[in-house]
Formats: sequence, structure tokens, C-alpha cells
Amino acid sequence: MNLGDGENAYDALTAAGSDASHWAFGTGFSPALSGVDRSVPSDVDRDDLFAYCLMLGDDALILSQRLMGWCSRAPELEEDVALANIALDLLGQARLLLARAGDVEGAGRTEDDLAYLRHEHEFRNVRLVELDCGPGPGGDFAATIARLLVFSTWRLALLSRLVHSRDPVLSAIAAKGTKELAYHRDHAAQWTLRLGDGTAYSRERMRAGLARVWPLTEELCTPHAIESRLASIGVAVDPASLRSEVDDVLGTVLTEAGLDRPDVPMLATVGGAAGRHGVHTEAMGYLLAEMQHLARSMPGATW
Amino acid sequence: MSTRSSWPLYEVFVRAKRGLNHVHVGSLHAPDAELALRNARDLYTRRNEGVSIWVVPAEAITASSPDEKDPFFSPSGDKVYRHPTFYEIPEDVPHL
Repeated sequence: MNLGDGENAYDALTAAGSDASHWAFGTGFSPALSGVDRSVPSDVDRDDLFAYCLMLGDDALILSQRLMGWCSRAPELEEDVALANIALDLLGQARLLLARAGDVEGAGRTEDDLAYLRHEHEFRNVRLVELDCGPGPGGDFAATIARLLVFSTWRLALLSRLVHSRDPVLSAIAAKGTKELAYHRDHAAQWTLRLGDGTAYSRERMRAGLARVWPLTEELCTPHAIESRLASIGVAVDPASLRSEVDDVLGTVLTEAGLDRPDVPMLATVGGAAGRHGVHTEAMGYLLAEMQHLARSMPGATW
Repeated sequence: MSTRSSWPLYEVFVRAKRGLNHVHVGSLHAPDAELALRNARDLYTRRNEGVSIWVVPAEAITASSPDEKDPFFSPSGDKVYRHPTFYEIPEDVPHL
């Protein structure tokens, strides 16, 4: 938008050292995590903390990638922007967590290296986030909302406890994330209410969407050995401790929406291993192929 | 979606951090007022623009018509004496 001589909004916003006080809108940004102590508590195993940062970072990264798929494909323009905003919030969390993982590992890997150059079995996200709910073939907005409701309810419960982590960086990331997750949960709940309590058709779609994501919920509250170890020294959150809050919140939303809790069998582990161990569903390979293709075919590309 | 065209239009007003009034910033479609508020948050405050939002159904706004522009507004154009310019405004009274 060019407003005439010397009135270019973007020039003025980016001008170094300019006094922003004349801007009524869009100022006062502050960098995430400025001033946070980046040291690792001395009694914390660095391999464990590295893996834990990957777990939380990969959850956010992979769901962000899934939600981004809806950009320009959502039922309404307004919902396009809403889902993209949520995806960008999650991408921001993923960047901070993967950057922290790289720091803790100490091998010089950046957030980009970890996002784009790891293999499928090195990703530690829960399998819920990799499920393909569209917008491509078989795409389903109701299932996307159902997953967002479950995920954001669970992650909000997790981050609101992680605020008390002894790792100062995890604590700061959690404090930033809780405000974002509260909005994501609200957005998903608003849509769940409208679809569940809408027409017979919308209720059926929402019911089917919930039934599709529900088998992947058991994994959310099942602790991996690394999570248990770090939780015992006050660094991580034991996911088993989240179960009652997640059940309560989901129960409240579903009741209000006139929907039953799905009665479906849970997705089995593979010999006790699941997403947190790097064991994923078929959808994960396709997702990574799309997400990593550019970075792998043109190493170091910038634009 | 066959119902797409049936979502009503809402006008959005945002109050900026340093602003005093809610200012009209645009419009959007939403199925109801609650979601209009959330859509407005996503569309109009994602670059840190505001601290308060109003949404108003567009049909609830009664607007002056361009045809009435002259009778409505021209008569005030030459009456500078309606400005209370003879008051001295104290330094410490902003926004008067």
C-alpha cells in the first residue's frame, strides 16, 4: 500500500531507529525468549532433554504442517486465516523447541537441520498430529477440528504445567504457548459446538470426525521413559498426569455440543513403541516428503 | 458449500493500544456474532494492532446516503465560529 511520498507504511515500519510512536497499529513487538537463561540445569541428562525438546517441537511442527494444508482450501476465507494463524503459532513453538534441542545437543544442528534433514524414525511426535485429515483426498474439516480440539486441550494442559519446569527455556516457551493454545482450544470448541449442535448432517460429520481421531488419543497420556525420567526431576511433565484434565475438558465440550464420546478401539502400539519412539503411521512418510522436499533437493537454499 | 452466501456480514471496529476510540477497520462474514469476533481477531489483529474489538451486524448500521451529502454536511463548511477557538487549552489536558 503506497500512501504517497514518504508515506509507505512498510518503509516506515522497518526504518531503523525510527520513532514508532506515531503508529496507531501494529507496534510494540518483542522477540520471544529475550533475556531467558539458556543454561542447562547441571543434573539434567542432555540426551534426555534433547529428545524431550524434539517430542514437544515435533508435535507442533507436524500439526502446523497439516493445518497449513488448509490454507486457501478451508470452507471460508475467514477460516483459512484462522487455521493458518493457528498453524503459525505452532510453527513458532516448534522453532523455539527445535532451536533449544539443537542448543542442548551441542552438535551444531540448527532448527532447520532438525526440521528438514531428519528421517522419519527420528521424529518423536505423537501419531495424532500426522493423521491426514485433508484438505486433499478424503479431507475432512470436521476431523481437522476434532483433532485440533483434542490436541489443543492436551497441549494446553501440558504447557500450563511445563511453566513450572526447572529448565528455564522450556518454562519460558510454555508460558508463551499457553496463551496461544487457549485460543486454539477455544476456536476448536466453538466449531465443535456449532457442528455438533447444528444440523443432523453437521452432527454426523462431527461425530465421524471425532471417531476418526479418537483411536490416536491413548498415546497422548502414555509416558515415554524419557518423559518419566525428566518428570521425576521436575523438568518435564508426566503426560499421565494430564488425563483427568483432558477428559474433563473434552467431556464438557462434547456434552455441550450434544455429542457422545466415541466408543472406538485405540490404535495399537508396535511392540510397545509409538510416535514418541519414532514409530509412525503410513501418513508420516508422505508428510515429510512434502515438507522436506525443497530443503533436501536444494541444500542451503535461501530466499 | 451451498450455504456460503448465507453467512451474514459484520463490520469490525478495533481499538488500538494508543487509540482512544474503536476505529472501523473492515468487514467479514461469519455464521454468528461469537465467531465474527474470533474471525475479527484473526483477520484484523494478527499484527498486534489492537486491544479491543467490536463487531456489529452490517444490517444494523443505518448510514447516511451519498445523495444527502450536500444537505447533510455542506451547511457546516462555512461556520468556523462553531469552533470554540477562544478557549485556552491547558497543557496537561490531552485529547480534548
